[in-house]
Amino acid sequence: MSGTADAPRPQVAVVVFPGSNDDRDAQLALTRLGADASRLWHTEPDLPAGTAAVVLPGGFSYGDYLRCGAIARFSPIMAAVTGFAADGGLVLGICNGFQILTEAQLLPGTLRPNESLSFVCRDVPLRVEHTTGPFTAHCEPGQRLTIPVKHGDGCWFAEAETVDELDAQGQILLRYAPGENPNGAVADVAGVCNGPGNVFGLMPHPEHAVDPLLGSTDGALILGSLVDAARLSSAALV
Amino acid sequence: MKAIVLVRPKAGILDPQGQAVESSLRHLGFAVADTRVGRLVELEVEADDAREAHAQVERMCEQLLANPLIESYEIELQASS
Repeated sequence: MSGTADAPRPQVAVVVFPGSNDDRDAQLALTRLGADASRLWHTEPDLPAGTAAVVLPGGFSYGDYLRCGAIARFSPIMAAVTGFAADGGLVLGICNGFQILTEAQLLPGTLRPNESLSFVCRDVPLRVEHTTGPFTAHCEPGQRLTIPVKHGDGCWFAEAETVDELDAQGQILLRYAPGENPNGAVADVAGVCNGPGNVFGLMPHPEHAVDPLLGSTDGALILGSLVDAARLSSAALV
Repeated sequence: MKAIVLVRPKAGILDPQGQAVESSLRHLGFAVADTRVGRLVELEVEADDAREAHAQVERMCEQLLANPLIESYEIELQASS
């Protein structure tokens, strides 16, 4: 667990799109990890004053019509999220949130239907590649995490040159452990960040792995990193 | 003016859906190869002429209907009946 009971709680906005379904789990996990997390309907034009981080949760926004995330990226709140990210604000996209961020071109690559064409729902071993940024600071380089996935469209794709570039720049923060790729993602990519490192998307669901009752608490390492980074950035705002 | 937009997986992009469809067609006894599955979007577009309509639909493709990373598109215009 990160932080102490009396540490200030950074404000984290969890955006709710029509069809989001992991927003409450994300809110609960972030709250338990020390954030002041609130849910925000996607038609809001602005983020609440004092927002230190934004989370786009998992789900099936707009029924996954056309392409996953393709319609949600035009929700009114997304202009504010894009501006927030451009100013260096912390933005995390989980599963459908990741898909929305790639459609919005805030993150590289795109998420395609799983190579197997089957929905996958199981715990997946992951390897943490980099730990210097705000989303994986609580992890050790090379650490193995177990976090569940549940998606039909998680096959991350980018051209080979893009993958090499991202790898060289340390933007591939999370990979599926060797031989454990559940969806056919290129280069076993499970999570990738933008160039400056303040926007991160991943297919696994850290919010479903924050309590021993759920089989793993490894998700708390990622969300706890985010809460701590958000606390620092909100302290800088004051 | 009516527009028909054909969105298909770009050449060279693996198309698991096309492969699954192809395998089913083979089970049915058809000798098929290179099966690709795309998407067709039909719409009515308000425009003064075909050129303007085409330009509009092209913008639609770039902004929403196709993902340029993995998909290519073709636009066909038909006079509305």
